[in-house]
Amino acid sequence: MVTQDGATVTARSIDATRDWLERNLHSTSIIETERFGFFYGREQALREVSLGIPIDGVTAIMGPSGCGKSTLLRAFNRMNELYPNTRAEGTIRFLGQDLLKADPVAVRRHIGMVFQRPNPFPKSIFDNIAYGPRVHGIRHRAHLAELVEESLRRAALWDEVKDHLKKSALSLSGGQQQRLGIARALAVRPTVLLMDEPCSALDPKATDRIETTTRELAQELTVVIVTHNLQQAGRISDHVAVLLAGGVLAEFGSTRTVFASPFSEQVADYLSGRFG
Amino acid sequence: MIAQVTSEGQRRKRIAQRIAFALLTLSTVSAFVALGAILYSMISNGVSALSWQFLSEFPRKMMTEGGIYPALVGSLYLTVGAVLLSLPFAVASAIWLSAYSRGGLWVRVIRVGVNSLAGVPSIVFGLLGLAFFVKVLGLGVSLLAGALTLALLILPILIRAGEEALQAVPMNFREGALALGATKWHAVRTVVLPTAIPGILTGVILGVSRAIGETAPIMFTAAAFYMSRLPETLSDKVMALPYHIFVMATESPNYYKTRNLQFGAALVLLGMVLLMNLGAVTWRARVRRRKQW
Ligand SMILES: Nc1ncnc2c1ncn2[C@@H]1O[C@H](COP(=O)(O)OP(=O)(O)O)[C@@H](O)[C@H]1O
Ligand SMILES: [Mg+2]
Repeated sequence: MVTQDGATVTARSIDATRDWLERNLHSTSIIETERFGFFYGREQALREVSLGIPIDGVTAIMGPSGCGKSTLLRAFNRMNELYPNTRAEGTIRFLGQDLLKADPVAVRRHIGMVFQRPNPFPKSIFDNIAYGPRVHGIRHRAHLAELVEESLRRAALWDEVKDHLKKSALSLSGGQQQRLGIARALAVRPTVLLMDEPCSALDPKATDRIETTTRELAQELTVVIVTHNLQQAGRISDHVAVLLAGGVLAEFGSTRTVFASPFSEQVADYLSGRFG
Repeated sequence: MIAQVTSEGQRRKRIAQRIAFALLTLSTVSAFVALGAILYSMISNGVSALSWQFLSEFPRKMMTEGGIYPALVGSLYLTVGAVLLSLPFAVASAIWLSAYSRGGLWVRVIRVGVNSLAGVPSIVFGLLGLAFFVKVLGLGVSLLAGALTLALLILPILIRAGEEALQAVPMNFREGALALGATKWHAVRTVVLPTAIPGILTGVILGVSRAIGETAPIMFTAAAFYMSRLPETLSDKVMALPYHIFVMATESPNYYKTRNLQFGAALVLLGMVLLMNLGAVTWRARVRRRKQW
């Protein structure tokens, strides 16, 4: 299971997953929502959202702020329910299984997440990356070291930190911390990586590095990214979902098509920067 | 006309400010003066008693001579015991209050309970300890009964500090751990709790300072008038500094002759509190630096 070159392992596994999906479900969507709705107390954040996240490429979730982008993203790894008084309706399927009835801990093992604000633990760089594998019972030092190196390489951070893995992760710059967040999520070898506006706190150069990394990762796993930056969505995404106020899915399709000829007028307005 | 009115108004404001300033300064100064006066009288009256023998010898001749060694050790035992007994419960309650419960009715009830407990006079704890630990549980007047009573006394302090410390840990950390597939308990144990340790230590410092100086809770539960040896088991009685001072000052046949011993013992008590505080503060600073938090 562990090889020197983690990338090829996962690249092969995305192929295997795609084969499985096509053969068993006659679909290429790794996550499918059906009339999915979500409530915080009595406030409805999402309404009847139906879409399928394609296994290949980067899917961007866009829309004006407060329209439910994070809520949709966090529904995929069951993070929303950490807040009190939440309620979901409709269904979400992950590889054909009912995600909302699954064990959230198991779900998060397969669907990783990178947060809007970098949130390294106050531990060493090594212990940050090894956290996930340790949670899942890996104790063997050499095995952990291998996973740490592999994950840092995949997140394009290895060269910068390889000589001080024992240093506190909090000593890294913002961009490095965010790539650490990516590496930390990769270390449990997820099938899907969720990213919630990962560049919103970063400068253009750091943003560029994250975008490049994200493109590369999309060869090996499914990436879903929330962004309110039109240019960014244009640069890195293959598919785009546009939510509008009230948590309504207004548009979903290939980025090129949606950007060139949006279906709804409101989305056209949003994409041309007239609001949002 | 208008200009005059405003300048009059401004003059008044300036005067008000000066008065407020003077009052604030005065109250700060008076606090210092009071503290200084207490320290001065303690030191001038007690310093002559201080010596290595004073710290290392048993009292002699009805406490009119000799040292305070057994009371010193007893106080240490009682305080450390109280913290050891109280801390696990306090940390557990704090975790429950801050991480597991979803802020319902029970949490509010318990929080009110904890806060009221903090306001209960210490003599009530003493009586409770006598009734429950000494009599009902049959522990007798003992080190264990005293430590348990003091543990109850400092429990609300530790819970509150613990809860505050846990809540100060950013939600981010918790979410980061959970998103990696950690269970709530695992996240608390490996990320939240370690980050909260400095804050919990603050609670321990406060608890220790409170417990070590209390007389009422141990008077009926643990304290001995005089012992010719150190306590050897948890069911032995102990001497304790605050009680020893009380006894020397009120019950000894010629208490006026032992003034300097009383003040000396009080000085030692004060020194112990300072020393423990200092120790905990340095420890906390070290932990903080290591965590960079
Ligand atoms: N924890 C929460 N409790 C209550 N309401 C929330 C919570 N999180 C988000 N909301 C509400 O749900 C709606 C969607 O929020 P969110 O998904 O964060 O939007 P976006 O990420 O698009 O800015 C907003 O109206 C927001 O006020
Ligand atoms: Mg958001």
